[in-house]
Amino acid sequence: MAIFSVYVVNKAGGLIYQYDNHVPRTEVEKTFSFPLDLVLKIHDEKLVVSFGQRDGIRVGHAVLSINGVDVNGKYTAEGKEILEYLKDPANYPVSIKFGRARLSSNEKLMLASMFHSLFAIGSQLSPEVGSSGIEMLETDAFKLHCFQTLTGIKFIVLADPRQSGIDGLLRKIYEIYSDFALKNPFYSLEMPIRCELFDQNLKSALEIAEKAGTFGPGS
Amino acid sequence: MTVHNLYIFDRNGTCLHYSEWNRKKQAGISKDEEFKLMYGMLFSIRSFVSKMSPLDMKDGFVSFQTSRYKLHYYETPTGIKIIMNTDLGVPNCRDILHQIYSTLYVEYIVKNPLCVLGDTLQSELFNSRLDSFVRALPFFSARAA
Repeated sequence: MAIFSVYVVNKAGGLIYQYDNHVPRTEVEKTFSFPLDLVLKIHDEKLVVSFGQRDGIRVGHAVLSINGVDVNGKYTAEGKEILEYLKDPANYPVSIKFGRARLSSNEKLMLASMFHSLFAIGSQLSPEVGSSGIEMLETDAFKLHCFQTLTGIKFIVLADPRQSGIDGLLRKIYEIYSDFALKNPFYSLEMPIRCELFDQNLKSALEIAEKAGTFGPGS
Repeated sequence: MTVHNLYIFDRNGTCLHYSEWNRKKQAGISKDEEFKLMYGMLFSIRSFVSKMSPLDMKDGFVSFQTSRYKLHYYETPTGIKIIMNTDLGVPNCRDILHQIYSTLYVEYIVKNPLCVLGDTLQSELFNSRLDSFVRALPFFSARAA
């Protein structure tokens, strides 16, 4: 049971804080001989598997490293194009690591703004009067919880679907935000949060929440 | 506990079917725009979820809830999307939506030689069977709670 990450979005929809607590990254490394039976294609500046799912390597997984050396998008660390490198039989046998690609900070910014809009559309399409936006979004791999304050700040937590106590955690993060970010005289509203005490207290709150504790008054 | 409304979309975004039982608030835009907005929102949520997910997903996006309603989503490998809005007390509806697909859509639409795939569903039989199926659901009560 784990809490994967925390995002804080300001009222314009921009991401002002992001923390990855514990993100399980499935990675598979295998040695291949010529010819490669996976079909790879370039997608979003990364090389992803498009066909040939086998042995834990799924469609959508990206090439993370070749022969132990991390790749740089669609180029190897030396700057050669990976697709060209893999077409040459002289480079085989080659050991390639596949896995879910890590999100770059630009992608996180974009996803946070996307969620900000989806939150608003969820409220507009409501069949009931007076609905809020999306407060909880469920998939089979994670649950996303969102709490919007009266001032329009959204606190978003991604957690394991079986994790409980996230509502209390969201209120606690709001409390930590108001204590260590808002009361910080050097912090400007709606700007990215760069306050050390906010980071420290957030980390300890996440640890307490993961141990399934509840937050008492004044903790 | 109640079901508010139900949408069925095909893979191109055409709304094949829409019915409502207990809807209290209209979206404030025309029906066509509402269908497009709903489809667009779900398309974006699916893409959002596939990028955000820390692990590989089997079923993908299942449902979301707000303070007043819960939206359940089911998609078939052929791109048919079934969306049901209910109130908050309803647990996971995936099996029910799967049943709607297999016992109603496949039986009355796919197997119907007169139904052209890609057009809105004109079958009266489908409409009446769907309506009685939803009314027979354990969490449906005609008077909204």
